[in-house]
Amino acid sequence: MLILKCPYCGVACDETELHAGGEAHLTRHGPGSSDADFEEYLFMRENPRGVHFERWRHVYGCGKWFHAARDTATLEVFGTYSAQVAEPPKDVRAAITAKVPGWRWRDLS
Amino acid sequence: MSFRLDTGGRFIDRSKPRSFTFNGKAMRGFEGDTLASALLGQGQMLVGRSFKYHRPRGIVASGSEEPNALMNLGRDKTFEPNARATTTELFDGLEAESQNHWPSLEFDIGELNAKLSRFLPAGFYYKMFLWPRSFWKHVYEPIIRKSAGLGRAPRHRDADHYEHFNATVDVLVVGGGIAGLQAAKAAGEAGAEVLLIEQGAHWGGRAPVDGAVIDGVPAAEWVEATVAALGAMPNVAIRARTMGAGVYDHGYALAYERLTDHAPDPSLPRHRLWRIRAGRIVTATGAIERPLSFAGNDLPGVMLASAVRDYVTNYAVAPGKCVVVVTNNDDGYRTALTVQEAGLEVVVLDARSEANGPLAEQARAAGITVRVGRGIESVKGKGKVEKVWVCDQTRDGSNPDPIKADCVAMAGGWSPVVHLWSHCGGKLSWQEDGAFFRPDPERAPNGADGAAFVLAAGAANGELETAAVLTDAYVAGARAAAEAGATGTAGAAATADVELSEPMLPVWNMPERASYALRSKAWLDYQNDVKVTDVELAAREGFESVEHTKRYTTLGMATDQGKLSNINGLAVLAGALDQEIPKVGTTTFRPPYHPISMGAIAGEARGALFQPVRQTPMYDWHDANGAHWEPVGHWRRPYAYVKPGEDVHAAVKREVLATRNSLGLLDASTLGKLVVKGPDAGKFMDMMYTNMMSTLPVGKCRYGLMCSENGFLSDDGVVARMDDDTWLCHTTTGGADRIHAHMEEWLQTEWWDWKVYVANVTEQYAQVAVVGPNARKVLEKLGGMDVSKEALPFMQWAEGAIGQFSARVFRISFSGELSYEIAVPASQGRAFWDALLEAGSEFGVTPYGTEALHIMRAEKGFIMIGDETDGTVIPQDLGLNWAISKKKEDFLGKRAQERDHMTDPLRWKLVGLETLDGSVLPDGSYAVGEGVNDNGQRVVQGRVTSTYFSPTLERGIAMGLVELGPDRMGEVIAFNRVDGTFVQAKIVDPVVFDPEGEKQNV
Repeated sequence: MLILKCPYCGVACDETELHAGGEAHLTRHGPGSSDADFEEYLFMRENPRGVHFERWRHVYGCGKWFHAARDTATLEVFGTYSAQVAEPPKDVRAAITAKVPGWRWRDLS
Repeated sequence: MSFRLDTGGRFIDRSKPRSFTFNGKAMRGFEGDTLASALLGQGQMLVGRSFKYHRPRGIVASGSEEPNALMNLGRDKTFEPNARATTTELFDGLEAESQNHWPSLEFDIGELNAKLSRFLPAGFYYKMFLWPRSFWKHVYEPIIRKSAGLGRAPRHRDADHYEHFNATVDVLVVGGGIAGLQAAKAAGEAGAEVLLIEQGAHWGGRAPVDGAVIDGVPAAEWVEATVAALGAMPNVAIRARTMGAGVYDHGYALAYERLTDHAPDPSLPRHRLWRIRAGRIVTATGAIERPLSFAGNDLPGVMLASAVRDYVTNYAVAPGKCVVVVTNNDDGYRTALTVQEAGLEVVVLDARSEANGPLAEQARAAGITVRVGRGIESVKGKGKVEKVWVCDQTRDGSNPDPIKADCVAMAGGWSPVVHLWSHCGGKLSWQEDGAFFRPDPERAPNGADGAAFVLAAGAANGELETAAVLTDAYVAGARAAAEAGATGTAGAAATADVELSEPMLPVWNMPERASYALRSKAWLDYQNDVKVTDVELAAREGFESVEHTKRYTTLGMATDQGKLSNINGLAVLAGALDQEIPKVGTTTFRPPYHPISMGAIAGEARGALFQPVRQTPMYDWHDANGAHWEPVGHWRRPYAYVKPGEDVHAAVKREVLATRNSLGLLDASTLGKLVVKGPDAGKFMDMMYTNMMSTLPVGKCRYGLMCSENGFLSDDGVVARMDDDTWLCHTTTGGADRIHAHMEEWLQTEWWDWKVYVANVTEQYAQVAVVGPNARKVLEKLGGMDVSKEALPFMQWAEGAIGQFSARVFRISFSGELSYEIAVPASQGRAFWDALLEAGSEFGVTPYGTEALHIMRAEKGFIMIGDETDGTVIPQDLGLNWAISKKKEDFLGKRAQERDHMTDPLRWKLVGLETLDGSVLPDGSYAVGEGVNDNGQRVVQGRVTSTYFSPTLERGIAMGLVELGPDRMGEVIAFNRVDGTFVQAKIVDPVVFDPEGEKQNV
């Protein structure tokens, strides 16, 4: 059972307090987008073994959505951060690089 | 035959005799006995029948690894199946019965299976019972079900109660042997908050039985002093009878405490499930001895050597008078010395070609016969050990010589208990000397910080000598404390003399070149009846992966999860595949370590506490007036109010007619009420709903649809514009929390710069639908605000007073009648309900439930989320295009609804269905088409989504989704019934009552 620290209220949350929201940093494609873009947005996900960025909601706590960077294989958590950013902040990416040199996720590294 | 010795017994108190029954027979033991030791003390060697062949089985072990001695305990409301006699502490009045026998333990019909064992190899069920197909259900399965299985499932509700307990500690130490005690002491001295748990009732593990000397005193004295020292440390908690059941992600662990199993007391919880968060977990879970694989190794009287000395030393029970110790290592000699000291005859058969270690020399010096290079060809006897045939271990077992014996003690080497280490991904490495898997510290389970959070200590870490155990445990305890943040310094480690021993010899077959006949009588897994030849067969048939072999043979799949059989089975598989054992690998270790009770898992969450029930302010009135309850989400809503002398169908019919003809009341408090407010609320509402909500004038209501981003209809309800920047969204009863979360998700994660606030105010208001031709009259009678057609037309709302109640009145209708939905503060709900009942009595006011609501909405062709929708239906399927804005550039679901599958003209669409014979269509029935599809199934062209008997029309009414339905009005199609017949129904308009809306718009 994972523990993730909610970046809003600072609580170290048990997984049972949280709601998992799948992959982070999706770009919404709405009306006017191509079929390929829309299907990519709606259906295609990374599913990596290793570094991953996810959305979580502190549902039985402050109710806020946040992002977590963690390793899906070792369950190591590199950091949690605001849901209101388009990509992982520098410090989180640096923390990952320190632990997993050469990591890649989509076009991030 | 086993018997009680006249003296000794560390755990028993001879001054306190205890009586119990076994299969109805009265027996006696002593306080401190386990059920197993008490049975052996009474000479009861035969304790059960094996799972598949119904072979007679006896007690093999002395702890939780016991595969055979499974018992039904207690009766009726305290009945429990599959309890291990070895872990069941004896108390006065204990009732036990053996399992898997019919008609009796001594005479069992199923023993025939053993005679047929050549015809029941691994995979037999898969091969034999496949054909003919129809035989499985009617012939094979009932027979197999009757003869297979272990204990019966309890028939009564459990009378005991259980609880959960949360704990957060720096260091959790699992196992109360000398390693666990030393680790906990080191961690505690370093200042960590420590919880030390031990599955059994006693501290110290094997060390006192094995004769260890620690810090210059016998182990038992050191254990006593250390337990006392730990008890005096304020930062250390210790719990006996508490088993570490599982280790999970990020330092989470479950422990299972058995509070009253040894002394039943209904006032206390029987079991307690500890939910523990630990900074570090030290697994000091010891090691389990391995059996040896020789023919007849499952006869009652064949036991683990360590168990034999446990019974002699701890319980003063001799498993037999003439004991043959068969060993491949020095540790077996400890058993020989123990039983000789107890006055029993003993012979040692050592599979190694020579044995000159200190223990072997000590045995010889004590006058014990030691025969090296020897193994057991077979053990023979009728239901018990009578004769042991001794042979050359390196050969094929020919020319054996017999020894008369009634007990065989198997010392096959030790396997560290690595279960808890492995539960959360810890990996193992193979240790050649000792022939076992041990935790690989380089590949430990990692926590959130990326560091190992489980540390193995002592025998569980592969350290089997006392001195090494203590050093290893001290290091683990001190390291765990430091890593968990403790800053103190641990005191000195306990010391012990180094015990010299000679290397063990891995023995996987006894004798080494045993014939097929011998191997087919050599058991690996006692509980699931898996033999050496079964694993070999699996390998021959291509089940080369250990996980496949496990499932094909069922090796290690019984309730002991292969505690005894795992390594021996792997070794046999490796041999059959001609591979190294570490190449073959192990199967996956999964929690719990040992079965835990369902009661402990449920804890307090049973009966009324299973889940919260949400009640409206009018709940008590409903309950007192015949409410037939229906669960809707966590709410309870009245399905109908059943009057004396009436059945529920009659009640529903009465409620519909009374509402249509005069006046009905519905408790609509459960409908979701979400307030959406802020400068950007209009923009947000336009994204959430398919309709244009930003243009809704203040004071007006609009029916709206919400879709998910993939276009499917997710919820519906009436939206009211409260003021310039405020909308009130009504959702379905089950949808309120979900839709609230849905709105928050989009606001927080996509449009986080929009200034919008959403609040779920569902429970702040009680809401009553006042419905029927006399609805206005009853409100006018109560007085207050103007509710006339002119002042409050259809689809408008107003705030004011109804009688003495401040209210919001919405002129909306889900029934097709003149209808007011009136919200009052929740605290006023019951008083308002009562006032309506009183004022309405002259109109025959009739409260109605959800079924009448459903029927009336279906008569009007209104859809219901969950009936007409199932997560694959888009609004266009339901003819709701009028509620989908064509002006808006974007809303959730818009892009998805443009995908080609969504615009396919052949999508099933909503229509009304009218049976030709007036009957009610079966719920979920399919409209059948012509021919069959590619899978040979009958083609279908539609399905029923809602179907009711309409009291208004006095016939069945239905809605359904039908291919090209709206274009086929008047066509008659066939719907299937469960009995294989069909019913003809005509495609009609879904609105079958008051299509012009003349009744609601007055």
